[in-house]
Amino acid sequence: MPNIFAFAEARDGELKKVAQEVVTAARQVADQLGGEVHAVLLGPSGLRERAGELASHGADHVHVGESDALQHYSGEGFTTLLVNFLKANPCDAALFPASALGKDLAPRVAARLGVGYASECTALQVENGALVATRPKYAGKVFARVRFTDTPAVASLRPNTFAPAESARSGEVHTLEVSLNSADFGAIVREIRAAAGEKLDVAEAPIVVAGGRGLKDPANFKLLDELADAFGGRAAVGASRAVVDAGWRPHAEQVGQTGKTVSPTLYFAIGISGAMQHLAGMRTAKYIVAINKDPEAPIFKVADYGIVGDLMEIVPRLTEEVRKLR
Amino acid sequence: MRVKSIVCVKRVPDTETRIRISGGATGVETAGVKYLLNPYDEFALEAALKQKEGAGEGQVTAVTVGGAEAAEALRSALAIGADDAVLLRAEAGLEGLAVAKLLAEEIRGRAYDLLLFGMKAVDDDLQAVGPMVAELLDLPAATSVIEFASADGRITAQREIDGGVEVVELTLPCLLTMTKGAYKPRSASLKGIMAAKKKPIEEKPVQASSAGIQIEKLSYPPERAAGRIVGQGADAVPELLRLLRQEAKVL
Repeated sequence: MPNIFAFAEARDGELKKVAQEVVTAARQVADQLGGEVHAVLLGPSGLRERAGELASHGADHVHVGESDALQHYSGEGFTTLLVNFLKANPCDAALFPASALGKDLAPRVAARLGVGYASECTALQVENGALVATRPKYAGKVFARVRFTDTPAVASLRPNTFAPAESARSGEVHTLEVSLNSADFGAIVREIRAAAGEKLDVAEAPIVVAGGRGLKDPANFKLLDELADAFGGRAAVGASRAVVDAGWRPHAEQVGQTGKTVSPTLYFAIGISGAMQHLAGMRTAKYIVAINKDPEAPIFKVADYGIVGDLMEIVPRLTEEVRKLR
Repeated sequence: MRVKSIVCVKRVPDTETRIRISGGATGVETAGVKYLLNPYDEFALEAALKQKEGAGEGQVTAVTVGGAEAAEALRSALAIGADDAVLLRAEAGLEGLAVAKLLAEEIRGRAYDLLLFGMKAVDDDLQAVGPMVAELLDLPAATSVIEFASADGRITAQREIDGGVEVVELTLPCLLTMTKGAYKPRSASLKGIMAAKKKPIEEKPVQASSAGIQIEKLSYPPERAAGRIVGQGADAVPELLRLLRQEAKVL
């Protein structure tokens, strides 16, 4: 029976939304192939309680590897565990999230297995019993249809692209043996700075509030922070290359070809003119709102809704109105 | 201490370039396209140069895989400050695992402290060759590094993770993939460009194996339908929110 592997990413004992997305996608592929979904969950003890959530999204089997050695992500350690699993449980496809962790882990697993890898996939299809992935190149200026010549087909899935769906399965829980020694950890985590669990990353947020040079002064990004806050934990702040190059904002927030490619439900482009390399990074957003003083700015050509005018007046008003919705 | 670094680089189209599909829908038009050293590789090269300068002596070797034109990335690296360069001469357009295997094979026989990559190449956006080479060479590795320091044969690296920064420690030799952070890439000086002409590029013919994936077809993303201007100034905000709630149904 064709098995589909799904890596269920967890952080601080909680499943990430991308875990639901990857399991949902695996369920859809498995249904077309007539196979079963094997979800794998790795982390410190306590994760077993999360297995039910994976079953509700379609996991037939949930393999839980709990160990204090897995308190932090280790590329080498996780790869060893997953490669051992995939050798013992051959799968037709192995799906990962294209999160920061997933984009470190998935290519390692593919290389150690000696198989091909497609990253940031935005669609998966089954054709004549084989998996075909769609993935962006040139930051989404073109999309490639990719076939895999080996099994498992290793792919990472762009966050916010595969909507989590309920599809309850038995979710039989299995213990995945974690026997790692120090040689399995080439890089040792010493510290995690910033509230990794609390702050939403711009690549994963359902709402992105992005600012560009039109903000005129780095201090004015406070307006965007306030707007993001008004969405109550669902929004992250993004930035154009111009303001990152100017040192106003960290590169972690940069959207575009030399930053992150994002697919939120709602993208606010505020004071961003819409350079080609920026548009490439956000054009797959479901809805785009542009706020710009220049009615000729290219951003209005891709925006669903636009407001022309002074962002210093428009953004505070928007924040006020969004707060009223809550 | 002498610090030896190998920096893997790639020639990519300028990010402001329009990409046109050609070659039976599996390739892209190369004529009239401006090519540059991959922007993330500039961070890796800058980090390598800083390490060499900090140590007082060392060597920075740039390596790339591709056809004759791929050597342009090596020329750029030499002009910026790399000491020597290697072109693994293969067919153009190789991706992922095929590139990783060729690099690993070449690098396996070399002595080095640091093996550096750009976090990703902005053409195929795969973001995989660095971690793949780490696996093939069984090297300690950290990806998406913004800054690192070296002391007593160890590297302390800060890497970007979702919503934060992780500090990891690795023993040399190790592999790092670099993203934008502490390193501000220097430009090639006229003197550097002249000097680069005298620096050696070693060319080695290589035979690529399978990447494990095949690109069947390239296509353009669907055009976004033209939107509408809701209005002018702050007075348009209530109407915008009405549209987001009732028409788009996203709030």
